[in-house]
Amino acid sequence: MTMLLQQLINGLFIGSVYGLFAVGYTLVFGVLDILNLAHAAIFTLGGLVALWLVECAGLAIWPAFALSVLFCGLLGLLLNRVAFVPLRRRADTYFSGLISSIAMAIILESAALGIFGARTVRFPANTMAIHIWHFGDVIITSLQIYIVLVVGFLMVGLTQFLKRARVGKAIRAVAENERAARLLGINVDGIIAFTFFISSALGGAAGILFGLYFDAMSPDMGRSIELKGLAVIVLGGMGSIPGAILGGLAFGLSEVLTVALTGSSNLRDAVAFTVLFAILLLRPSGLLGRARIREA
Amino acid sequence: MRKAKGWQGISLPAFIILALMLASLIPAAAFGGEVKIGFVLSMTGGSAAYGEAQKNGAQLAVDEINANVGVDAVKIQPIYDDDASTPQQGINVFNKFINADKVAIIIGPTLSSTAKATDPIAQQAGVPVLAISNTAKGITEIGDFIFRVSLPEAVVVPNTVRAVRERFGIKKVAVLYGNDDAFTKAGFDAFKKALGENDIEIVSEQTFAKGDRDFSPQLTQVRGLNPDAIVVSALVDEASGIVSQARRLGIPAKVRIIGGNGFNSPALIKNAGEAAEGVIVGASWNVTSTNPLNQQFVFAFTKKYGTAPDQFAAQAYAGVKIAYEAVRSAGSTLDRRAVRDALAGIRDMDTVLGKFSFTAGRDAESSPVVQEVTAGRFTAWGE
Repeated sequence: MTMLLQQLINGLFIGSVYGLFAVGYTLVFGVLDILNLAHAAIFTLGGLVALWLVECAGLAIWPAFALSVLFCGLLGLLLNRVAFVPLRRRADTYFSGLISSIAMAIILESAALGIFGARTVRFPANTMAIHIWHFGDVIITSLQIYIVLVVGFLMVGLTQFLKRARVGKAIRAVAENERAARLLGINVDGIIAFTFFISSALGGAAGILFGLYFDAMSPDMGRSIELKGLAVIVLGGMGSIPGAILGGLAFGLSEVLTVALTGSSNLRDAVAFTVLFAILLLRPSGLLGRARIREA
Repeated sequence: MRKAKGWQGISLPAFIILALMLASLIPAAAFGGEVKIGFVLSMTGGSAAYGEAQKNGAQLAVDEINANVGVDAVKIQPIYDDDASTPQQGINVFNKFINADKVAIIIGPTLSSTAKATDPIAQQAGVPVLAISNTAKGITEIGDFIFRVSLPEAVVVPNTVRAVRERFGIKKVAVLYGNDDAFTKAGFDAFKKALGENDIEIVSEQTFAKGDRDFSPQLTQVRGLNPDAIVVSALVDEASGIVSQARRLGIPAKVRIIGGNGFNSPALIKNAGEAAEGVIVGASWNVTSTNPLNQQFVFAFTKKYGTAPDQFAAQAYAGVKIAYEAVRSAGSTLDRRAVRDALAGIRDMDTVLGKFSFTAGRDAESSPVVQEVTAGRFTAWGE
């Protein structure tokens, strides 16, 4: 029983990182109806840049976290400018945007490979003092608490921002109808750029948490989460922010439980994607398919 | 007539001198110059930590040999290439070495799973291969051109298990292994056999795949069973993750982690940090060995690269010396068959690994040690 509880907790933490990653995907999709496949590369760079700041610039983890997130946000602006803006007026903008985002993913990944090398790297052992709490036989570490707090804080912040702030409302307006928003005097291009900023910043944050939690970062670490992120937003409902979080948790739990029950990681992805398939058969629009970003 | 006679008169001594000069030149002409040795190492990908150590060890040996040869002896021309830790790329590099570079001997590849795919190519082409880090079963069985310097897991693991049982009296263990890799799978088989022979019960067998980062589900299951020790057969990336996550999940330090050959890298200690303390691993070489050749090697390596060598560097260093010895006694830089035969004849050669011989099955014959991580370095258990 305690073993099951511990496994559920394990799944919860990895699931919340998946959710945070997927929210970045879903945000851009909700606004532009474009899949940004460079998101996984930004995730990777987020982790590696934070590591660089800790190791080479000698910063503590939290300032490094903030700077790296900011860097990823700026990278998102660049991504939008280079890969999406020039294609926006084209009739096939959805498809060509998808392709150019793949190109950006390859460029960013190669840059990471060139700058940081191919080796698996880790945050130094003393980056963060890790306390271990025992609740009976169940163990929770301070790192896991930080992860949930950071993810929770970012998610509540994002939802409130979209609901109440002027810019947040503008993002929803653009998501609802770009032309109408433009006619009402909203700076649509600025809003889209800002959406990319937030999305990429969240992706970078997910990368840092992932790196801290698993202690293993490499230039290709984005690939392991790329497909999962897509599955998570399909599972949760395309464009839905609570759906992405819920989907992330469901995905994390199904992975952990599969490994725990079979004693092997071979079926992990198979089961996760079968669950996705089954849910899509029952609810074609995903778990929270209706609650789109425009209604956030 | 007179002219012809005079020509003959001069020519006889001249011919003799010329013939003598030629006779002394011929072997030198055939055996001078350079011997091409191809190194297939994992410089990128999951096993880059091993490949880098191997390249450093090999290059040190090459530098020493090339600096000390006289004018009439062969130098080594090393050709390094990266197999990217994958069998596919390993096959490409092997074909290039065999057909384009025409090397006399191939040293590598780093991983057993790559070797299983690449070595049959060399066997078929009749190019000798000297494995310096493959420890899985069935490598030298590929054919009579395949040799190895590294001790197979089947020799190291039983020794480790016996020593650990004697010291800690363990009765039940949990086993974790990668089931998608020839080396980690072979390590698991060796552990399973050795545990059975020592009457140690396996309470749980958990598996993972290459590239996995999250081992908490498996380790949580293991923790629930309260084993006396955890046996892990993994490459260093996964090994580091398992060791640090085990301690973070609250598995106490008295539950020792016993690793296979994949643990034999300082990268494990660097990556897992404090959690690596007390990890036990069998090896064919230890940095603290008092063998004078070894002390000299450790000194030269540390001076050149700024870090102490690991087992992979030592094996690569020994491998180059052994390959060169074979080329020298074969007396040819081109005849691959003669190099093979000379390699098979190596007996009691002094190396950093100790007195080295090949067995009839072309495997290494040297004795294994048991190491424990204490204060951030591998130290050998005394007998």
